[in-house]
Amino acid sequence: MSHILRIENLHVAVDGKAILRGVNLEMKFGETHAMMGPNGSGKSTLGLAIAGHPNYVITEGTITLDGEDITAWEADQRARAGIFMAFQRPVAIPGVKTADFLRHAATNVRRPDRKEGEDLIPMRDFRKELKAKMSQLKIDTEFARRYVNDGFSGGEMKRAEILTMAMLSPKFSILDETDSGLDADAVKLASASIAEIGRDKMGLLIITHHDKLLEHNPPQFTHVMLGGRIVETGGAELARELHDHGYERIRKTYPDAEAANQEMLAKEEAVVV
Amino acid sequence: MSTTISRNDLAGFNQAGFDQMLDRRIDPVWITQARKDAWSAFESMGWPNPRDENWMRSDLRGFKLDRYQPIDETETQSVENAPVRLLQGVDVGGSLRSENGLVTLESLDPKYAAQGVIFGSLSRCAREHSELVKKHLHSQIDIHVDRFAALQAAMWTDGYFLYVPKNVVVDKPLHIHAAMGDGKVDLTHMLVVLEEGAETTILFESSSPSDDAGGFHCGGLELVLNARSNLRFVGLQDWGCGAWHFAHKRARVGQDANLQWTIAAMGSRFAQVDQQVALVGPGASSHVNGVMFTRDKQHLTYNTIQQHSAPHCTSDFLYKAVLQDRSRTVWRGMIKVDVGADKTDGYQRNDNLLLSDNARADSIPGLEIKADDVRCTHGSTSGRVDEELIFYAQSRGFTRVEAVRLIVTGFFQQIFDRVTIESVREALGVAIARQVRQYE
Ligand SMILES: Nc1ncnc2c1ncn2[C@@H]1O[C@H](COP(=O)(O)OP(=O)(O)OP(=O)(O)O)[C@@H](O)[C@H]1O
Ligand SMILES: [Mg+2]
Repeated sequence: MSHILRIENLHVAVDGKAILRGVNLEMKFGETHAMMGPNGSGKSTLGLAIAGHPNYVITEGTITLDGEDITAWEADQRARAGIFMAFQRPVAIPGVKTADFLRHAATNVRRPDRKEGEDLIPMRDFRKELKAKMSQLKIDTEFARRYVNDGFSGGEMKRAEILTMAMLSPKFSILDETDSGLDADAVKLASASIAEIGRDKMGLLIITHHDKLLEHNPPQFTHVMLGGRIVETGGAELARELHDHGYERIRKTYPDAEAANQEMLAKEEAVVV
Repeated sequence: MSTTISRNDLAGFNQAGFDQMLDRRIDPVWITQARKDAWSAFESMGWPNPRDENWMRSDLRGFKLDRYQPIDETETQSVENAPVRLLQGVDVGGSLRSENGLVTLESLDPKYAAQGVIFGSLSRCAREHSELVKKHLHSQIDIHVDRFAALQAAMWTDGYFLYVPKNVVVDKPLHIHAAMGDGKVDLTHMLVVLEEGAETTILFESSSPSDDAGGFHCGGLELVLNARSNLRFVGLQDWGCGAWHFAHKRARVGQDANLQWTIAAMGSRFAQVDQQVALVGPGASSHVNGVMFTRDKQHLTYNTIQQHSAPHCTSDFLYKAVLQDRSRTVWRGMIKVDVGADKTDGYQRNDNLLLSDNARADSIPGLEIKADDVRCTHGSTSGRVDEELIFYAQSRGFTRVEAVRLIVTGFFQQIFDRVTIESVREALGVAIARQVRQYE
């Protein structure tokens, strides 16, 4: 299989405020990319813009999937085309059982041309598959009956996002800090699960501040985001360097981007006050 | 002065129309007298005062009684294509159907009839079981409370009567369907009497031939639960969105009796429903679930009262509404606890989910407590549907409409969890899903 996700000169604004200022990125199916960068540099924004969040307005540039321009597509069309994002902060949907949610989601993603009201994956087949995936990910089957993310602990939410990814088998997955908020054992389990489900089976864009996830999923490419731009791209060694030594060198080398980053942070604080 | 008499004057909801109706009908004398009393009450009253607390959020300006005509009891009524939604996969023990307020179909499993169960047309039962009906009919509804109550008591055409004798269990649900043609009227009354230890389930639904059909429904409902009896009552109001819907609904729950009452309101352009549950014997309990789902310019008002008149009673009311377009709901809840009704456990809650900026939900909870040792809690929430939830579902492949439907279904889940009849849960789920608009 060969699929390409291409981001060209992407500019994104939220509430009229410019956040991404020209991001370029190309990912192939089967590759693992690490996305690093200090807080507030725009990593989640990039992910949400790719996933099609309506508040993240693309003011310039394009996103193409296998040559098709998906820049103007709704989030659900993108999901059905094979784009997935595990969110940094997934929301709860009270009253909706995780199993029912995933059954409907999996049906739509697997049958992108399904019309509303058409049959879902047969219950028996789905249950069997879900059970198998849950045991693979060491998730208690009781989870399936709970409401989507409702009252989940931070760690449970992240595990549920991985389970969703496993059920949807996307072409490209953006994992936004799927390793944060987990204890040491859980990070190890999540990292191994992602490697098992994702490696070579999709394109992975891993947003992380830690090294465990990348140890299990060594990236071919590491990108560094600062002030809404990718300022540097390297291999696995770049991720290691940033993890060991922080962003000091990056900030010094790219003063313009650093200034932009500080400006965004300042605005953020102004909003908080 | 002109002597021309229009057809409307002859057959309208006026003195002439009332007299004609009395001439047409074969009622026991006591009923005729009760009708006359109610008619004079109707004549002496004005339309509800917009300053009246129960009516101040209701806009009656578009309602014109003279646009409607009483039906002729001597003619056979027939309403085609009014959907039935609660019967899917249900094995019923009996059923009634009314068309434009006249019962046109009656059936009851003979095994229940043999145990003394009576289930049939109220007009017929009032003749055949006069004493039984007389004891309870309009015993709970104050006909002076408003003009609609008086009109209904004077001019009810027919309705449904259920009597379950002591300790008899009707284990299969009884189904009642009220169908009303476009522009027609339904002035029915339902009377249900459960003797000590009796048990049954009623599935009641009303519908019109089309989604936008008009009409005038002015109804009454009285449930009598004697000691240790058990009633599950489900009502699905799905009149066309042009219909005017007025109803007084009452229940009296006796010692250790239990009422589980689910109301789903989907239809009508305007609804004004007064619903009261009186807990009159120690240990009585009632659980009421309300589901409202509105669209267009629908305006539904529910005034509910939980009346605690005896000690150790429980009442638990949960109303949830989802509003679309420019629709509006008003929910007014009141827990009244009488002197001496100690150890009362009262709960009421109303949650509203707005799918549009132009919809409006008013929620007015209230407590009136005259006993000392009680526990009463109430609360309400209203909020716009969270766009983050819609995005989350869309990012998992749900279309926007599917996402909204999902969130709405989830919102109502708390109520579905309280509905113990699976077929009803499913029917409500389907009814709700089809209400969700296609958003662009
Ligand atoms: N919905 C939003 N509303 C307002 N500002 C936003 C929104 N989303 C992002 N931003 C702003 O955009 C900037 C980039 O945020 P983003 O979440 O993309 O950073 P990040 O790199 O993911 O940071 P972190 O490492 O802390 O997760 C920040 O200044 C943030 O405040
Ligand atoms: Mg982030």
